[in-house]
Amino acid sequence: MAMLETHDLTAFYGDFQALFGITFAIDEGETVAIIGANGAGKSTFLKAVAGLLPRPAAAVRFDARDIGALPAYDIVKLGIALVPEGRRLFSSLSVEENLLVGAYGRRIEGPWDLPAVYRLFPALRERRNTPSTALSGGQQQMVAIGRSLMSNPRVLLCDELSLGLAPIIIRDIYAALADIKRRGTSVVLVEQDLLHAMSVADRAYCFQEGRVSLTGRPQDLSREAVHAAYFGL
Amino acid sequence: MKGDETHKRFSVARETRASTITLILAVPAIIVLFALPAFASRVLLQELFYVFTMLSLAQLWNLLAGSAGLISVGQQAFVGVGAYALFAFAVIAGLDAVLSIVLSGALAGLVAIPAALIVFRLRGAYFAIGTWVVAEVCRLVLAQVKQLGGGTGTSLPPDVASSIVGLDFVRNFFAVRGPAARDMMVYWLALLLALGTFALVYRLLRSRHGLALSALGDSETAAESTGVDVFRTKFLIYVLTAVATGMVGALIFLQKARISPDAAFSLIDWTAYVIFIVVIGGIGSMEGPIIGVAIFYLLQYYLAALGSWYLMLLGGLAIVLMLFAPSGIWGVISHSLGISLFPVRRRLVTITGSGPEHGGKG
Amino acid sequence: MLGWIDTLLQGILLGGLYSLYATGLSVIFGIMRLVNLAHGDLIVLGAFLILAATSAGVPLIVACAVVVPLMFALGYALQAVLLNRALGRNILPPLLITFGLSIIVQNGLLETFSADTRRLDIGHLQSASLPLGGGIAIGVMPLIGLGAAIAVILLLNALFYRTAVGRAFRATSDDVEIAQLMGINNRSIYALTMGISLAVCALAAFFLGTRANFDPSIGPARLLYAFEAVIIGGLGSLWGTLAGGIVVGLAQTIGAHIDPEWQLLSGHIAFLIVLVIRPRGLFPRAVD
Repeated sequence: MAMLETHDLTAFYGDFQALFGITFAIDEGETVAIIGANGAGKSTFLKAVAGLLPRPAAAVRFDARDIGALPAYDIVKLGIALVPEGRRLFSSLSVEENLLVGAYGRRIEGPWDLPAVYRLFPALRERRNTPSTALSGGQQQMVAIGRSLMSNPRVLLCDELSLGLAPIIIRDIYAALADIKRRGTSVVLVEQDLLHAMSVADRAYCFQEGRVSLTGRPQDLSREAVHAAYFGL
Repeated sequence: MKGDETHKRFSVARETRASTITLILAVPAIIVLFALPAFASRVLLQELFYVFTMLSLAQLWNLLAGSAGLISVGQQAFVGVGAYALFAFAVIAGLDAVLSIVLSGALAGLVAIPAALIVFRLRGAYFAIGTWVVAEVCRLVLAQVKQLGGGTGTSLPPDVASSIVGLDFVRNFFAVRGPAARDMMVYWLALLLALGTFALVYRLLRSRHGLALSALGDSETAAESTGVDVFRTKFLIYVLTAVATGMVGALIFLQKARISPDAAFSLIDWTAYVIFIVVIGGIGSMEGPIIGVAIFYLLQYYLAALGSWYLMLLGGLAIVLMLFAPSGIWGVISHSLGISLFPVRRRLVTITGSGPEHGGKG
Repeated sequence: MLGWIDTLLQGILLGGLYSLYATGLSVIFGIMRLVNLAHGDLIVLGAFLILAATSAGVPLIVACAVVVPLMFALGYALQAVLLNRALGRNILPPLLITFGLSIIVQNGLLETFSADTRRLDIGHLQSASLPLGGGIAIGVMPLIGLGAAIAVILLLNALFYRTAVGRAFRATSDDVEIAQLMGINNRSIYALTMGISLAVCALAAFFLGTRANFDPSIGPARLLYAFEAVIIGGLGSLWGTLAGGIVVGLAQTIGAHIDPEWQLLSGHIAFLIVLVIRPRGLFPRAVD
């Protein structure tokens, strides 16, 4: 039994069906990548797991327990934290306040507290009292990751970390990710940046129009197979 | 796979079977209503007067709130302005009553122009209270006008009340006395106004303005991006509604023959009751206010004597409705039966080789 | 000259009272984007609750100290049971629900207490005044009222800016979806917010009732003053709301000085003028 798994997960935006029965699993300590084109349902999947979208009660299981009926603010307390797409920092809070609010739902003991996050992202310490909106894209991404870490998650769901960032910044973000993995956190990585995602993942899923079109270990997946699964050819 | 679909043709349809039936039934009904004064009692005419004027106000509020998304709790401003304008035109200027009604509507529309420019700076619930402030300003200003009775109000002199064009003819034709003839005249005026309001709202919603309005209701930003002039559409609806509301207000107080700032600008009479009618009937539909006014009339007839308890009941009903049936009674009916008597939506109809198929939401 | 100085002082003190009316409204709009059309009537309810307690023999100050937490609980329940069900993007349901509530409260008070005007008796403090020299004096109770308005703002700002739950309030106001990802139960936050709003209303009720006569029908007018104060001050700033209250108070007293019948009209006109020249208010903070 995997630590976090989904069975036949469906999701709707009003009448529009975005997910058509996703089966997914991640074990303790694993890093799993989810790749796919725009609109494939990758972000929708993370939101559904995190509790921001309604889903069937038994569709998501964590530690062998059905969590589909739980609201988002209870899911984070179990140890599943989502770093949302587009950072979505709290605009009227400073950097440090954004980090502190991440600990509001902390119920688990763990290594991540304010000093630990500042060690991970030293650039943030100098800017701790700056309004979060005054930071660069890369720094905002660091705050978003740090904020989610403050709840000491066992699984970190990362939605498009590298979106809109310069390559050199992406490199720093992924270096930090390696650090996070080393501390034992499992990571689900949704990325359009195939190269980076596949290079750090133990396993990968490819989504195409709301369904899983391919899954396996990156080294076992040929470029042609990935290409076909990505575009649905 | 994809090839077959390119052979379909599309057209846009509006009429439904239910709507055609309604149209056919409506004609004799309207004829009967016009002929009513010949054999109905004065009391019945007065009651129907109330029903027609409240129905008009409800249709107008519904147009603002249900279609344009402009939720106003200040329409009493235009009822009051229209009413005071009537008294001013009829008493001070000595004009004929019917002409005064039309001019009063125009004046209400003129007042609506600067009012709109100011309150449109507010959004949502704050817009609502802003309209209330405008109504209060109108009330307080008119309470200062001594020639119209100041804070305590004034009555319409009997000779003015009888200066409705055609009154003498009616009096002689039906062989009734002055007050009875007056009841008939204002009844017909109310019926005309109700039909006119209905026609106005119906035409507006079915025109390209109406299409713009539905887009507005769904998303202002999206509407703007397709070229809908959001401000102009809202402004137009607001001012037109004010004109019509002013006319109704003028007629109401012509019938009452007495005015005071509190009565003319009453929040309860011209906003609370109106909103209740629209909400219970079904906001956003044309059928809603008709059902709403019928239910409201019955509630009023049987329960108004309860005074404060009656008002508390209405308030409680409004709350329950909002929580459990936000689209009102008509919303429940039309959803379960799928019918529309006064269709303003356009439906996409696909025409394949074997004849039209109806698609899309109605 | 002295008349004008007196007028200005009276205006500022009246502004303190209006600020108390407005602070509760400002808080619920800032955090929930909700406008409570029953706000004014709930202030009047608070005044009648205090009155009922004093009629039962409870000393006025104790009555006030009891009604404030009572109204907090009422606000919490109101949000949790009723208004939380109407959450969503459509503004009509909460508007109409609070409208219905307004009618219920007004008429309920009418049935329970009759339409007679009442007063909260504070003994000799009622007419006590502080002489400032030159023949000018300011009332002690209005001065305490202004002080209370300032104290409430200081307290709320301390709550919002120096506590963990305050951060949760502000996060909810910024982005309610992401706030839930932080473990913040938005429904609880909303209920707490409404509780705070009504608690401030209870305090405002004390100063309303001791300052002037009240009866069940005066609620809507308080709502309008509160609303005008919030808009003039600018959304999202509690100090702005205080400034807005003072602007309305000054406008009213200056208008009354010119002609007593113009008091209310002057306040409304000042509001409309500010709306035209500074639509976002004098000190806007919120980015809506």
